[in-house]
Amino acid sequence: MNGNMERIYNGIVKENPTFVMMLGMCPTLAVTTSVINGIGMGLSTTAVLVVSNLVISLLRKVIPDEVRLPAFIVIVASFVTVTELLMKAYLLDLYESLGVFIPLIVVNCIILGRAEAYASKNPPLLSIFDGLGMGIGFTLSLTAISFFRELLGAGTLCGVRVMPDFYQPIDMIVRAPGAFLILGLIALVMNALSIRTRANDMVNGEPCGMCPKDCAAKGGEECEKA
Amino acid sequence: MTNLLVIIMTCAFVNNVVLSQFLGICSFLGVSNSIKTSASLGGAVIFVMTIASAVASILYDFLLAPLGLDYLKTIVFILVIAALVQMVEMFLKKTSPGLYKALGIYLPLITTNCAVLGVALNNVTDGYNFIECVVSGFGTALGYTIAIVVLAGIREQIADNDIPKALQGAPIVLFCACLMGMAFFGFGSIG
Repeated sequence: MNGNMERIYNGIVKENPTFVMMLGMCPTLAVTTSVINGIGMGLSTTAVLVVSNLVISLLRKVIPDEVRLPAFIVIVASFVTVTELLMKAYLLDLYESLGVFIPLIVVNCIILGRAEAYASKNPPLLSIFDGLGMGIGFTLSLTAISFFRELLGAGTLCGVRVMPDFYQPIDMIVRAPGAFLILGLIALVMNALSIRTRANDMVNGEPCGMCPKDCAAKGGEECEKA
Repeated sequence: MTNLLVIIMTCAFVNNVVLSQFLGICSFLGVSNSIKTSASLGGAVIFVMTIASAVASILYDFLLAPLGLDYLKTIVFILVIAALVQMVEMFLKKTSPGLYKALGIYLPLITTNCAVLGVALNNVTDGYNFIECVVSGFGTALGYTIAIVVLAGIREQIADNDIPKALQGAPIVLFCACLMGMAFFGFGSIG
């Protein structure tokens, strides 16, 4: 049990996908306009992450090393499609407000990253907990960001007005530029407190060690074969 | 013709793929060190995104939609894009070494760029026909290139500035992106 709890802790705190690893930035910036959207995006990603981690871990000895990335992508894409159809059937409002970011869970670095870095090398139960930890970490981060954005930008939480009447909502914060502003402020606080995150490496094109794209940033040569 | 022009303007400015739709953020922040690099990346994205939109449109109109396999589009598109990028890479390597040298190293990067998949999916949602899909793919990629080159330009300008320690690295880049986002937000009123 200890190892499983360690995985959860790792996902939420030590390797928090959003605040420490800076992965999955596209949905982080795009859907955190309201708390409901943030939680919805986090939970649907968690669902895909847990199931795909389980399946990839079960198949880790069957999948040949050379074709593992396409195989992972097919597995992940299948579960994303299942999630998408389920949401369309039961949570239509959420499905419509998250829009294209539901199918785009396929290319979320967190999922392929965990498949490559963890699930393809570890037993099923640990991989489930790894996925769960990362998923919860992602959900909590999105919820936290969307909490501030919705509160300041619309004066509401989950659609209910909570700020006093005299508060004039800062519309820009729930619009596109506000996302960069809030993320910039988070990175600023992390910098000021000297908490080491991957944010500063990321903007310098340092690899996250998870996706082939890092090769390009590094100049390409050493990753020619990848 | 006006219709197509409107699509290009909308995709490139009003609904800028990076600054208002938040697709392709990783490379936008990561590969905007220098104007030269980001312009090459932008070129590669224009190339791939236009072709990918065309291929995705053909596949959807002639295979997925008639057979009622609409729900498979995510799986099909991501695999097609991954394979397409590989093929483009091999094709360029063989036929045009010069172009390959300029764009080659950026091609693997584009496979996982969510913008390419995002455009293909958005085209289907918007119900575009073949020509419109190609134009929208090109326009979106153009918007991506404009955004990343402008950010790279700003970053080159402020590289030697005396930036407060806590702002160095990611925060200043994100604040620049925020200001650019505000500027592009202004295009919204045109649309």
